[in-house]
Amino acid sequence: MQKSKLVFFLCLLTVIGCARDKAGTGITVAGSTSVQPFADKWAEVYMDEHPDQVVNIQGGGSSAGIQAAKSGACNIGTSSRELKPDEKDLTEIVVARDGLAIIVHTSNRIDNLTIEQVKGIFTGKIRNWREIGGNDKLITVVTREEGSGTRGAFQELVMKKDRVAKSAIVQDSNGTVREIVAGDPNAIGYISLGLVNNKVRALKLNGVPATDENIISKKYKLVRPFLFVTKGEPTPVCREFIDFVQSAEGQKLVSEEGLIPVK
Amino acid sequence: MTRLERNERLIKIALFVIACSAVSILAVITIFIFSEGTPIMFKYGLRSFLLGLDWYPSEQSFGLLPMIIGSVMVTFGSLLVGVPFGLACAIFLTEFSSRRLRHILKPIIELLAGIPSVVYGFIGVVILVPFIRETLGGPGLSVLAASIILGIMILPTIISISIDSLQAVPRSYREGSIALGATKWQTTKMVILPAAKSGIIASIILGMGRAIGETMAVIMIAGNAINIPRSVLDPVRTLTSNIALEMGYASGEHRQALFATGVILFIIIMILNTIANATSVKGKAAK
Repeated sequence: MQKSKLVFFLCLLTVIGCARDKAGTGITVAGSTSVQPFADKWAEVYMDEHPDQVVNIQGGGSSAGIQAAKSGACNIGTSSRELKPDEKDLTEIVVARDGLAIIVHTSNRIDNLTIEQVKGIFTGKIRNWREIGGNDKLITVVTREEGSGTRGAFQELVMKKDRVAKSAIVQDSNGTVREIVAGDPNAIGYISLGLVNNKVRALKLNGVPATDENIISKKYKLVRPFLFVTKGEPTPVCREFIDFVQSAEGQKLVSEEGLIPVK
Repeated sequence: MTRLERNERLIKIALFVIACSAVSILAVITIFIFSEGTPIMFKYGLRSFLLGLDWYPSEQSFGLLPMIIGSVMVTFGSLLVGVPFGLACAIFLTEFSSRRLRHILKPIIELLAGIPSVVYGFIGVVILVPFIRETLGGPGLSVLAASIILGIMILPTIISISIDSLQAVPRSYREGSIALGATKWQTTKMVILPAAKSGIIASIILGMGRAIGETMAVIMIAGNAINIPRSVLDPVRTLTSNIALEMGYASGEHRQALFATGVILFIIIMILNTIANATSVKGKAAK
């Protein structure tokens, strides 16, 4: 009895030891929840091709990812917004570009808005769809929480110095914003273009539809970078993963998933 | 010293250490929350935290008043839903139902407490929110939706503690009242309920603690706007959802401000618990 317990304990130790060993050679990528699904894809294919490598993808948000890269808690931080001036000491690598889509319910009559109108809606100046040619209904504004990279990019590209109205509904992921807009005929929100599906409709901005071509030709204005950030130069192991992401194959995965390749 | 004695002592010491560790974990959490949260409260002034209307952490404005009011509204809303139903249910189960029915229903109600809060939230999003949006207007994600879901979530707490306190009323009270010619309802209203008052109040306060501390379900159905709601159909953010919503992304002063939110929540819940303890102790003393 005693002996079998001891054997069991030793086995357990070995398993834990092995698991630790494996994590030791791995890469931890943490940060933006917008980048996460794409990073998962990259990691999956990369680990198929390099069975000895372990890439561990975590969420947490852009600010948290940048912090983690700074503190060394992860090897690569991911961000879905530009770095702020005080974060510029990190090495940044653009791995993809993403359009921000302004989405509404599929039944909404509005098809096109100017950036000024979008700003008006989100600051709370425009409160009724009638004011911009829609039905006589109050607008349900859906935004993201403070610190989110998507919100950061939206703030930078659309709101500039103005604040999002306090009455706006706040959700903590692209997915929940999409769900609310899909369910509420009077809602408007913004999500990553790659995540727009047929339950919601992306609006034209200044007459330009949100498509890959218009983003590449820079006609569609709401574009943000997806960044990998590292503290100092990336280590050789990380370099290899980043090279894979930037390679033709990695970038092809990106465009398959609805993002805009950088090369 | 015999072997038995030695064993006895060993077990005693082990239990003591375990008991101490449980208490010390609590102490460590308290110290941690306060040491992280209070410096920023004093830096910007307690007034600006408790009475400030603007929550824009990236611009150094940390007004928590909308969230404090939000928490209070949602909590009282949930009591309006939960207390009448819970109390009625407890009274029915102890005074009016047959023993067999009680043995079937009570475990079912207690099972309600085991449903994870995310499931309640999901039901709220899928059923309640669209219903409110379509019948009453507004975005649906609202004080009302949160109050109803929380009201259901606190039912098991209110019902099971109320049942315990109603059952604790001595049988002689009931017999005496019936012997004087009172009906069953008169007995319940005039004898049983006053006698069980302290336990019922404690159950309500514990339910309140549950409602104020609930996070996941509230995030999903309250809409989380940082405005003070003007009606029950407006979205609202509570203290707990403020922390959970932004924790993942926060850094620097923003993070400290979330700990400050935690401090305020901690104090509110401490006050509630103290009141609950005081009333139940007073009740026992009266007997």
